[in-house]
Amino acid sequence: MIGQLTSGERQSAVVILLIVAMVGLSMAALGRTDPLGVHGVIVMLFSGGLLYVVLSSFYAPAPTEEREASYYDDPIKIGIVLSMGWAVFGMLMGVWVASQLAWPDLAFDAAWSSFGRLRPTHTTGVIFGFGGNALIATSFHVVQRTSRARLAGQLSPWFVLFGFNLFCILAVTGYFMGITQSKEYAEPEWYADLWLVVVWVTYFILYIRTIARRKEPHIYVANWYFMAFILVVAILHIVNNLTLPVSWGHAKSYTVWPGVQDAMVQWWYGHNAVAFFLTAGFLGMLYYYLPVRAQRPIFSYRLSILSFWGITFFYMWAGSHHLHYTALPHWVQTLGMTFSVMLLVPSWASAGNALLTLNGAWHKVRDDATLRFMMVAAVFYGLSTFEGSFMAIRPVNSLSHYTDWTVGHVHAGALGWVALITFGSFYTLVPALWKREAMYSARLIEVHFWLALAGTLIYVFAMWNSGIIQGLMWRTYTEEGTLAYSFVDSLVAMYPYYIARAFGGLLFLIGAVVCCYNIWMTVRAKPVTSSRSGDVPVVSVASVAGE
Amino acid sequence: MEVNERDPVTGRETTGHEWNGIKELDTPVPRGVLLFLIITHIWAIAWWFFAPTWPLGTTYTKGLLGFDQKQIVEEQIVDSQSERAAWTSRIESERYDAILADEGLMKIVRSTGRQLFGDNCAACHGSDGRGRANYPDLTDDDWLWGGGPELIEQTMRVGINTQHPDSRIAQMPSFGRDGMLERDQVRSVAAYVYSLTNPDYSTPETLKRITSGQEVFATTCAACHGEDAKGNRDVGAPNLTDAYWVYGGDMQTIITSVHSGRQGHMPTWDERLTGAEIRMLSLYVHDLGTRQP
Repeated sequence: MIGQLTSGERQSAVVILLIVAMVGLSMAALGRTDPLGVHGVIVMLFSGGLLYVVLSSFYAPAPTEEREASYYDDPIKIGIVLSMGWAVFGMLMGVWVASQLAWPDLAFDAAWSSFGRLRPTHTTGVIFGFGGNALIATSFHVVQRTSRARLAGQLSPWFVLFGFNLFCILAVTGYFMGITQSKEYAEPEWYADLWLVVVWVTYFILYIRTIARRKEPHIYVANWYFMAFILVVAILHIVNNLTLPVSWGHAKSYTVWPGVQDAMVQWWYGHNAVAFFLTAGFLGMLYYYLPVRAQRPIFSYRLSILSFWGITFFYMWAGSHHLHYTALPHWVQTLGMTFSVMLLVPSWASAGNALLTLNGAWHKVRDDATLRFMMVAAVFYGLSTFEGSFMAIRPVNSLSHYTDWTVGHVHAGALGWVALITFGSFYTLVPALWKREAMYSARLIEVHFWLALAGTLIYVFAMWNSGIIQGLMWRTYTEEGTLAYSFVDSLVAMYPYYIARAFGGLLFLIGAVVCCYNIWMTVRAKPVTSSRSGDVPVVSVASVAGE
Repeated sequence: MEVNERDPVTGRETTGHEWNGIKELDTPVPRGVLLFLIITHIWAIAWWFFAPTWPLGTTYTKGLLGFDQKQIVEEQIVDSQSERAAWTSRIESERYDAILADEGLMKIVRSTGRQLFGDNCAACHGSDGRGRANYPDLTDDDWLWGGGPELIEQTMRVGINTQHPDSRIAQMPSFGRDGMLERDQVRSVAAYVYSLTNPDYSTPETLKRITSGQEVFATTCAACHGEDAKGNRDVGAPNLTDAYWVYGGDMQTIITSVHSGRQGHMPTWDERLTGAEIRMLSLYVHDLGTRQP
């Protein structure tokens, strides 16, 4: 880890960590008993821990000149480990909050474990912790391989990775203490948001500089998506989090956007977080690991162009479909609805491009659970993008809005698409990265696949049923023209589905634990040197083509 | 011109690029995709013509159909109100005993009242109206402020211990905590009250305590709960001689009630529900008691 850094870079690392620790100290001093003070202490502990790691190898031998002739894989390895750690944490929280809905006593009457606080620890844990680390790790891998260039910085990949994880830690610990901006998927307060801006701009510069160093004439599709992901997330994050803190010593802040404009900015952010964090970035993953694993060329370059520009253009308009039948003016709703429907074909074009790439490799899909993970992910991507466009239509939305159908839709995407493509990518990436022949156990991948698929299906079907029943109960009238059911009646009707949902989530969590074990055993196995010797940036084109 | 490689499976040419072993085919966009793309765009553009869609500075395109969600919902509310007016006006204006005698109206009260009760009352009193600790059972015949639709309506309108100017006020003082009664007196009076519903408790050993408790009761509690401890509905003082308890009839809870007092709260519904809804719920609650013996 430190061995790859020159002594100058090690000194820079120490200086950066000292600055971060000083910031933590100021937060602690200004915040005192406010939760901001607690976060100051956490920042100090985090930078102190990393400082210890750097200083303990400070005088280790410097790297040789040949460093530039190899890919920079250490941050990717740590990123995968962090990602899986967050996956288990986030999914565990998910199973817990799902169980609380069926059995409310599982909150144990404590503030920190109440539903409202645990729920964002689940979403942040899985989206940003698991998904974000997976995106950072795989984007570092893909950009190097498809550009045949080592990452453009030695320290900045670490800064991005650990900086991002510090953000996640501040977010999750903040929820337990009751800190929130009350904006879904943008809950962390102003100081954590400012920190993420610094981290994210560093990420973007690192990525662009690496692409600029590429030894390939063209930029591969996966990199378009990763760049769109990094750039747009920066824009969304900054605009949605424009707030004024109560004071420098307070965690609390107030948004600069008033009333319905705040709601619109929030859902422009929220929907594009789904679009560019959970879709564009993971399409980047799909576009690299699926063809590599299937050993097939991408079905159509032209389709890639159509879907990329379709997705990046249309998604930006679609956010207002989260606010149908609200105080938002009618015209904004129509715009959001129509653009959501126009978005469908570009989305399906991506899913179709992935599935048609498998033509000539379907026997591998049958035999290889890793490739099957990615195939099923593409299917779920297609399903949930269709469902999304459908639910964005106002009359449909009048049934689905505020019901569990939305939750089911999100999880069809999050479990079926995002998590499955990540697992498929990790199972492809881990042996390559640690230079192993294959994963430790193909059978465990198979077990994981069926656990994940069963968990997703149980979850999604439970929420479809529950959501549609809720929606119908809320709009059923008696002969006299009054509501037939009270809200409590609909809650009672949800009970069996809530149990089924928690069970589906539990299966998915067990699958993730199996994956952790498999990765761990693969890392512990003996490396092989022969088969992966061509995996360096300076290798000639001819020898890669022969692979 | 360089001839690109041909993929043996599909027979398509590649684009000639390669990244780390990944190639791309130069397959044209399938016709079906283009067709579907055109269909979704036509659908979207048609909506732009018919519905309000595009901003124009301070205004926006109104659409050919000229509708707006606010106007639609206002019309729907007016329509549904006039549709219901046939029976809501009767519930609002007719005398309670007349409504109670009308099977047709009572059928509406039972179905609509159930939903209203579920959304407004069930959180405290339970979906079946049977209450739970600290929240009275509404299905029995024991009433703090009096049963019957008129008195129930009054309680619903003004609430208990609320900000409403005519709020029902029920303040059981904290006799022990505020030093009005000695520790021993609290125990004695609790023993007396407990013995009212538990005759077995009265034994030669406890008799002295019960008797002194009875004296305390006569001077301190009887003003509200009555000489005979049967309560007083004018001040919401519960009957202490029956089997119904709001907070619990065991010795420890009675001691707690005497020591710390009780100031139960029931919200006022005057502002939240319409007159017809309040009257419907009064009938519904009254009906709960008569239907469930």
